[in-house]
This record gives sequence, C-alpha cells and structure tokens, in this order.
Amino acid sequence: MGKFDYVISIGGAAGQGIATPGNILARLFARQGIHMYAYNAYQSIIRGGHSFLTVRCSNEQVRTHGDVIDLLICLNQDTMDRHLEHMRDGTAVIYNSNTINPGEPADGVQLCPMDVKELAGKGANKLMQNTVAIAVACQLIGVEFSALEDVIDFQFSGKSEELVAENVRIAKGAYDHSAATFQPASQQMPTGGEALAVWTGNQAFAMAAAGAGVKFYCAYPMSPSTGILHWMAANARELGIMVRQVEDEISVICMTIGAAHAGCRSMCATSGGGFALMTEGIGEAGMMEIPIVVVDVQRAGPSTGVPTKTEQGDLWQALGASQGDFPKLILAPSSPLDGFQTIPDVFNLTDKYQLPAIILSDLLISDETSTIDPKLLDMHPIIDRGELITEAGEEAGSYERYKFTESGISPRALPGIPGYEHVVASDEHMPSGILISDEFTHPHKRRAMMEKRQQKMTGLLAELPPPVIMGAPDAEVTLVGWGSTADVIQESIEQLAAEGVVANHLHFKWMVPFHSDEATELLSSCKRTIIIENNYTGLFHRYLRGETGFTVDGHIRKYDGEPFKPKHITAAVQDQLAGGDAISVPYEEIIV
Amino acid sequence: MSDTNVEFSLKPKDFKGKVDPDWCPGCGDFGVLSGLQRAVAELGLHPHQILTISGIGCSSNFPGFFNSYGMHTLHGRSLPHASGAKLANHEMNVIVTGGDGDGYGIGGNHFTHTSRRNLNILYIVMDNQIYGLTTGQISPTSEVGMKTKSTPFGSVELPINPIASAITAGATWVARGYTGNMKQLTRLMIEGMQHNGFALLDIFSPCVTFNKVNTYQFFKQRVQPLEDIEHDSSDWKQAIEKAMVWGDVIHTGLFFETNARLTLEEQEPVLDEGGPLAYRELGLSKEETERVVSRMM
Repeated sequence: MGKFDYVISIGGAAGQGIATPGNILARLFARQGIHMYAYNAYQSIIRGGHSFLTVRCSNEQVRTHGDVIDLLICLNQDTMDRHLEHMRDGTAVIYNSNTINPGEPADGVQLCPMDVKELAGKGANKLMQNTVAIAVACQLIGVEFSALEDVIDFQFSGKSEELVAENVRIAKGAYDHSAATFQPASQQMPTGGEALAVWTGNQAFAMAAAGAGVKFYCAYPMSPSTGILHWMAANARELGIMVRQVEDEISVICMTIGAAHAGCRSMCATSGGGFALMTEGIGEAGMMEIPIVVVDVQRAGPSTGVPTKTEQGDLWQALGASQGDFPKLILAPSSPLDGFQTIPDVFNLTDKYQLPAIILSDLLISDETSTIDPKLLDMHPIIDRGELITEAGEEAGSYERYKFTESGISPRALPGIPGYEHVVASDEHMPSGILISDEFTHPHKRRAMMEKRQQKMTGLLAELPPPVIMGAPDAEVTLVGWGSTADVIQESIEQLAAEGVVANHLHFKWMVPFHSDEATELLSSCKRTIIIENNYTGLFHRYLRGETGFTVDGHIRKYDGEPFKPKHITAAVQDQLAGGDAISVPYEEIIV
Repeated sequence: MSDTNVEFSLKPKDFKGKVDPDWCPGCGDFGVLSGLQRAVAELGLHPHQILTISGIGCSSNFPGFFNSYGMHTLHGRSLPHASGAKLANHEMNVIVTGGDGDGYGIGGNHFTHTSRRNLNILYIVMDNQIYGLTTGQISPTSEVGMKTKSTPFGSVELPINPIASAITAGATWVARGYTGNMKQLTRLMIEGMQHNGFALLDIFSPCVTFNKVNTYQFFKQRVQPLEDIEHDSSDWKQAIEKAMVWGDVIHTGLFFETNARLTLEEQEPVLDEGGPLAYRELGLSKEETERVVSRMM
C-alpha cells in the first residue's frame, strides 16, 4: 500500500459541538495506528462565530495540518460558503441537506448531502448531525463500522446507555446510506497499525513536568496555556502534585518561587499577557537563585491580541523579562515531543544552576492535538537536583547561602534544616545573604556577586547542545527557524526536493545562553540563508544578528495569526531563489 | 528536615539576626521585633522551624534582623511567596512581616485572597499609615486630610480598614496590636501563632520620622483594648462594629476568631500523608505512568 495522507476539515459555529467529531476522529485514527495531526482554527467565543478543525491523517508520521483539504464536513451554511471554493477535483463535501445549500462546487468534487432529519428521526438532538457526518466520513475512507462504533461507545461512555445506542443507530443508518449512495474517497485508510496515543502539546509539557518530579504547579487561566492547568488539576491527587489556581499571574509566579525555595520542583504556565505580570518575579528568582520553570504559550499579541491565534511574538519579552542583568535559561521547543523530552533536562539544569527557565511554546505546539507513539512516552527521566542540602552536615552554623565558588553555584540548603538558617533576598546581598543594598553598599562586593551569578552561564552553556544543520550539507539554501516552525520547515524541504531545490535546515531551540560561535560558523558555511518566523519584525533574526553579527539573505514571515502551511514556505523560497523580494509574507487562504 | 524533637528552649536573644536593625531611633518596628522574639521563644520554637517572609519597605527588612529562615521578596508579594512556601512545607511555621503600603496597597489583591484561602500563616502588618522608605507619602491607611509630600493639600481618599477587610475576606483570626502596649502585643503574637488558620495582626507601629499625626501620643490617648470592654470575638458582627470605630477611641486586641473553617492544608488531600512535599521523593512509579499513558489511548 502507498502512502495514505488525507485531510478532513470540519467547520461550524462554536457551540455546534465541533470538538466531539474531532475527538472521535482523533481517537479512531489513533486506535487504528494512523498518525494524526489536528489544527483547530477557532475564535475567542463560546457560542457562534466560525470554527474550523483540520485533521490530517497518514500511515506515516504527520506533524503539520498540510496544504489541502480532501474532505470537508459542513455543520452550517457559513462553512459551506467559506470553504467550498477550496475543494478541488477528487475531494468530497458532507453536509446536512435539511439546513445547508451546497453552492457551486468545482468539477470533480463529490457532494454528499445527508438528510439528517430522515436518519435521526424527528425529535433528534441537533448534535446528531455530527454523528451522521462522522459516519459518512468513515465510510468514504473505508473505516470498518465496528471501529467507529467502539469510539462512539468510548466518547459517550460517561453519558447514558440510551445516548450511546442512539448515536450508534444513527451512525449505522448514515454509514449504510453512504455506502449505497456515494463514491469511495480518493484514498482508503490502511489498517493494521499499532495503536497510538493522543495528546496536545500542553499535555505533553504537563506530563514531562510530572515525570521530572514537579510537586507544585500554579496558574491563572489564560488561553492557550490552560491545557497544562487542566491536566495538572486532573492528575494532581493521583500523582501527589500541589496544583493551585490563584488570583493573578503575579501571585502565580510568587507562589511558584515560594514553593521552589521551600524545596519543591515548581512550574507555572501562562501566555504573553500573564507572562508580562510575572516578569518581576522572574528577576527575583534570578537574584535569589531559586530554580523555577515558567512556560509562556505565545499567542498573537500585543495586549489581549488574538487569544485563539498563534504567533512567535514573545521572544524579546522573554529575553528582557525583568529589570536588571541576570542569568536565565530560555528555550523554544519545536514540538510536543521535543518539549516532552526536553523538560526533564530543563528541571535538572534549573536545579543545578539555580536560575529561572523560560519555555517559549506557542498556540501551535500547545493547543493542537496529535498522535504519539506510546513507546516514546518515557516518564522516568534522570532526576538530578544539583548541589542541594537536605540535611544538616559540617557546615551547620557556618553555612553561607551564596558562597563564592569557581562554578558560581552555591550549595542550596532547604528551609527546615538546623544550623543552615539564612535569608534569601531580592536586594543585592553578601555570600551570607546580608543585604548590601543599603548601609553595607560596596562596589567590590556588588561586582563579586554579579560575577558569581553570571559565572553560572559558562557552565550552563557548555551543557547545551550546539546547533546543527539537518539535511544536505551543501544545500543551495538553508532554512533557518526556531521553535514551533521546525516541522513545517521540514515538510517544505521535502516539497522543495520534489521540485529539484536542495534545501537544508538550521533550527534553534536553546535561546539563552546562546552558542554564538558555533552558530556563526554554521551560518557562514551556508550558501544562502532564509529565516522563517511567525512574527512581523523578524524577532529571532534580530536576536541572531546580535549574537552572531550574521545577516541572513531572506525572510519569510507570517503574522496573521494562522500558522505556516508547508506550501507557503515552499512557494516563498522558490520566489526568493528566482530573485523575488527578500521578505515574503505568505497569503492565508483559510479565513477563520 | 525539621527537627521537631528539640528539647531545650531558647531565649529571645537567640532570635537576633545577623545584623542590627537600620530603623530610625524610636521606630515602632523595634517593638514588633522584640515582641516576636519573645513570642517564639515562649512558644519553644527554634530558628530552623520558622520561615519569615516579607515584601519591601522599612518594616519588610524584618527577616534580616530576625534569626530564622527568611525570604525578603518583592514589594507587595510576601503573601503569595509565603503561601507557596507553606504549601511546599506545611510543617514550617510561616510568619509574614511587612507594612501597610506593602500589604494593603500594592499587595491588596493578595491580602484579600490569602485571607479567604486560610492557610495556617501569621501575617504581621506594621501599620504606620505612611510610606517611610520612600520618605513620606500617603499609604492606604492614611487618614483623610493627611498632608504628605504626595498630598500637600491633604489626602481625599478614604483609608482602607484592614480589620474589617480581613474579616469579610475570610481571615479566621483578626487582631490589632500597638507597640506602646508590649504585653498585649506579645500575647497577641503568641495567640496568632497558635491559631490554626490565617491570622492577621495589624500593629500600630508609629513612624517617628514621617508621620507627625499618628504618633505615640495620638494612640496613647485613643487605644482601648477589647479585653477591657465587653466583646465577643466569635461574633463577626460585633467584630466589624468594633473595627469601624475610629476617633476618640480606637480598639486594639482580638476582634475576631473562628475555628469553624478547615485550613487549606487540611483540605488538600495531597498533603494527607507523606510529610512536606518539599522533602518527598521525586519521580513517578511505573504504575502511575502506565495509568497516565493508558488514558491517552
């Protein structure tokens, strides 16, 4: 069997239950061993508006929502009106013929009208059209009805048996009608794969933190970071994690620091606006040398911005988080799995170097649902808390919290140990913790403490892997990215290869501290460089230039709230190689 | 780990910090410091069993002058730091110290929410009705008409009533002390420490440098201990009524107390067994992770 790569989009208003068919499809594909990636374009509204869920499935790894739609499910007229024009030869459109007029499709588009009233019966719930649509979709791509029945059973298992039976009955009617009436879809789903798990990036981050031994998690709800809070809250009691929702993000960061100082591995998450409130606390963690992990799930800003849309807009906010000049760790994972695998290291590094870490995720990574091979879900990472004093020893009575050492790391005693009493202060202090911000002010002592703290960055940088170029070493163009664009850049490189363009990929995850020398050397070895970012002014480009002095040849930027599709990057690279403008801003076709 | 079996008891001087206070001579905060040193000694506590947490301001320099574990945090943020620390190690005796601007002004939101959260914490506010460290501007407890550098024509804003605010927000022990009555103050500190729940102790701690209105003389003429009159501290209505009195008479003492509500620590199943979170083993069991993954299938 060849490659199965099929994209189903479901559109409707918020409140029409778009999530349910999405979840049913995700679960169904995962159980059949089919890889899936779902991108939900939605609006900050609880009822109404337009939501558009795109589910791409394949028998191979799939990590973007792709370029096209193969099957469109319209839950309302608005979806038909907006998206029928995107359907091309060989695709299909499913809709409720009782309420939706199809419009004029392109040649070769199969319209699949469903008489929901007839199938569901007169008094049926409005949400039954979702069940009808999913049943038809499954039939068109060759899913066995029994597989669908299992997932319906699972999806509605918390509800009444009558509801499950009703949904199965209606699904069966729709499935049989489809088999008797419509042409099979252009691709048929293969079977026999090993079952996969389903997660979002936020769940991946929460799981990683739990595995790494986080014992304290605190948050104020803010899209698109709230999924981490939800996972933590649901699992807290079973896994022994203190989870609190508190009055604001200032309290969040301060509680996180308080718990970390007392000895818990502690984490919090928010989006850009909440992160702005946290910044003073991040500086405090730097000054007091308390290890905390802060996740900023970026959304389109500034200010309230576009709460349900993605952007890589907070890099400089993270770089500049808090007044003063102090050590911190900043990274931008490239995918849910990358975040899952990196977060335990982040906890180890923050513990060892006693500093705050900022993880820059974004809506694209955090909020989207995808499958993951359960064999990759190792939740037993190495836990290394660095130089942590948890019981009294030789230093009792003479302990200095901020003792000068060669590495800049001073062993950290947890509150509660006799003889190790000390005060941690947000004011500048001596090795003993005594303030030097007032009557003991002394420039030489201040200089020594600044150098002690900053010395930690030398050790930290040496532990971070330097950047590498992925793909052909002598490519004619190198695509440079950071964070969440890794997978879409990879897919674009495959598309370019099919067009005869050899491109490779230089991707940055570790932002601070930065491997400037290695990055400069790599960039200088490239024939041509194009940098790709989800923002307007090329935030990473400016940082990279600052760290390396290197100026790239071209830019591809998108700041409309929607993520890149592979074809956007492919077309822009080709245009730039052909002498087009050095800054490309791809056009978004899907309007949500 | 806290050694709770320490037999010998300590003297107030054992709670003297590494440096002497840099407060102005005559500052009320000296009385608060010596009162707390006496209180913890009398309670038989040892420095390693106490975590003193403050924000920023003259009085927030307190942890540096007191021998215990300490956190000298951000302006207005002492309570959330204390809450996080207490949840992480609920066996520590957590005392929060600070001023009126720090606690009722910039930290006002945390004051409200920490009150309703009811963690077992003693919150000591050295209330001098002025901003001292910034050299004399109005504070949230400054009286109407008060002339300061920021209000040269007199303040027109109504002051906050910390006692009534704490009671309505859900604090389970609410009292007011005065550094001119050390006997009462020390007793309130001991009772506040012994109370199981969030305890607010607002203390008139006169600023001799910048507040020329609310002086020792001012309070001496007005303060009336509630223990000297008829007052039922279990009745929140009486407590609010007494809290609203401000004029020729100002009440001190215990306004309100209830043991009817569980603390947050007591309600949190994660803390049921296993000791303080901060000292527990890290990492998950195989069974735990298998359960997590199975729910994703």
